Amino acid sequence: MNGGDAIPEFSKAKSGDGQDVSLTNLSAFASGPGIKSGAEVAAILAVAVVIIGGIELALRLFHVPQYIMPPPSSIAYALFDEFPLIAPHLGYTLVELVSGFAIGAIVGLVMAAVITQFPFAEKIVAPYILILVTTPMLALVPLLILRFGFGYTPRIIAVALAAGPMVMINAATGFRRVDSAKIALARSYGASTLQIFWKIRAPMALPMILVGLMIGAIFGLLTAVGAEMVGGGFGLGNRLTSYSSMIQMPQFFAVVLILSTLGILIYVLFFLIGKKWASWET
Amino acid sequence: MSTASARTPKLGVQAATKVYQTSSGDLLALDRCSLDVQPNEIVSIVGPSGCGKTTLLWSMSGLHRLTGGAILLDGKEVTGPRPEIGIVFQEANLLPWRNLDANINFPFEIKGEKPDRAWIAHLLHRVGLDGFGGKFPRELSGGMQQRAAIVRALALKPSVLLMDEPFGALDSFTREEMNRLVEEIWLDTKTTIVFITHSIEEAIFLSDRVVVLTTRPGRVAKIYDVPFPRPRSLEIMGTKEVFDLTNRIKMDIVGERRPKAQEQPEHKSAEIVRIRP
Repeated sequence: MNGGDAIPEFSKAKSGDGQDVSLTNLSAFASGPGIKSGAEVAAILAVAVVIIGGIELALRLFHVPQYIMPPPSSIAYALFDEFPLIAPHLGYTLVELVSGFAIGAIVGLVMAAVITQFPFAEKIVAPYILILVTTPMLALVPLLILRFGFGYTPRIIAVALAAGPMVMINAATGFRRVDSAKIALARSYGASTLQIFWKIRAPMALPMILVGLMIGAIFGLLTAVGAEMVGGGFGLGNRLTSYSSMIQMPQFFAVVLILSTLGILIYVLFFLIGKKWASWET
Repeated sequence: MSTASARTPKLGVQAATKVYQTSSGDLLALDRCSLDVQPNEIVSIVGPSGCGKTTLLWSMSGLHRLTGGAILLDGKEVTGPRPEIGIVFQEANLLPWRNLDANINFPFEIKGEKPDRAWIAHLLHRVGLDGFGGKFPRELSGGMQQRAAIVRALALKPSVLLMDEPFGALDSFTREEMNRLVEEIWLDTKTTIVFITHSIEEAIFLSDRVVVLTTRPGRVAKIYDVPFPRPRSLEIMGTKEVFDLTNRIKMDIVGERRPKAQEQPEHKSAEIVRIRP
C-alpha cells in the first residue's frame, strides 16, 4: 500500500531542534557574561581611547602623509564637516539597499518555501541557485547599466540579485529541518499541509531565515556600494570614488566609517530580532 | 481470529505488517502483528530496541499506513489520525517556540476549536503544573515537559491514549513518579492506554497486560497478564511474583537475541501465559 513513511527516529542530536544552527554566530556582542558594571564600560572605553589615541600619535610622530592614512582626528572632523554633503548620498544608498533587499528577500523566501515542498523540483533548480549564490552580482552591473541607465533601477536589481539567493539558500535549509515527530504531532490532530507549514515548518525555519536575511542584507550593502562605484553620480559608493580621485582622504575614510556603521547596524538589527523571536533555540 | 470476546475490542490490531522503503532496500518492521486492546485496559508493549514498537504505535494512531493488515478502533478501520486517539511522544515533543499554554492550545488551534479552559485547568492541576502556563519548554525539567505533553494529549478527551516510550529519557525517580501519575489519571478517566516502553518494571507496574515483541521483524511473542489490584503501590514491585514475571519477560527478550542454531524461521502464533499471584 503505502511504504512512503519515514522510520520514526528520535536521535539524541536532534537535527530538527536546530542545535546545529543557533544564533550564537550572531552573538559576538553578547559573548561572555555581558557587560555588567560601570567599571567594565570604563575599561572598554579606556582601551578604545588608548588605541585611537595611539594611532593618532603614531601617524603624527612619523609624519605619515594624509593621502596614505589621515589621523583619526581629521577623519572625525571630515565626518562632522562633510556630513550634510554626504547625508543625501547615504539616503540614496539606503533606498537602493532597502528596496532591493525587500524584493530579493520576498522572492527568496517564497522560492525557498515552495521549493522545499517539492524535493524533485529542488534537485532540478539546485545548480542554478548555486550559480546565483556564487556569482558576484557586481559583475552584472555594467550590463544592467547599459540596459537601464544610471538611475536607481540597475542598482536595485543588483541588490535584489545579491540578497535573494542568500536569503533563499538559508531559508531553504531552515525549511528542510524537518522534525518528523513535530510534524507527526500536528498530523495526529488532522493538520493540513498549510497548517503544518505555518505552525511547524515556518517557526522552525525562523532562526535560519533570520541568518539568511542578515547575510542577504550585508551582501546587498556590498553590492549597492559596488554598483555605485561602477557608474552613476550618486550614492556612498560614488562618494568613495569621487573623494579618492580628489585625494580627499579624511572624507573618504568618513564614508568608510559610515559604511561600517551601516553594516554593524544591520548585524545588530537581526541580532535583536533573533533574540526576540528565535531565542527558544538557545 | 478469536471470537471468544463478547465485547468489541477498543483497539484491534489485525495481522499488522509494515514495510519501510529505505535506500538499502525494503525493511520489514512489523510482520503480522495481532493484538486486541480491551476498553479501559492498560497494555504495555515491550521488546528489544528496533523491534518495531514505535512503528506499531504510530500505525495504531493512524500516522503511518500499514503495508498489510488493519487497525480497528471500536470495530472501524483506522485509515488516518483520529481525534479519539491521543498520543504522548518520546521526549515530550513540545514545540519549543511556544509556552506551555500555547503548546496545550495547539490541538485546538489545529482543529479550529475553542480550548476547553476548565478541562485544561483541571488537567494542569492534576499533573501539578498550575501556574506554569507562561513558561517555555526549555525552562522546565524533563518530567515537567512530559507532564505538559500528557495534558496536551488528554486535552481533546481521547478515548485511547497511545504513549510512545514517554519516560525513557527521565531519571528513575521521576519515572516512578510519572508512572504513578499515569495510573492516577487512568483511575480518573479510565482511558484505554497503550504504553510502549523498554523498562519491564514500568510495564508491569502500569499494565493489565504486557505484550512482548520479537526482534525485527516485530511479531507478538508472548502476552503476560498482570493481575495485581489497583491502585498499585511501589511495594508490589518488590514481591516475588513481580520478580519472577520480570525475569520471564527478560528471558523472552534476551533469549531472542541469542543465536539459535537449529531453529527454522517459522511463524508461531502468539502464546498466552497467565501468572497468578
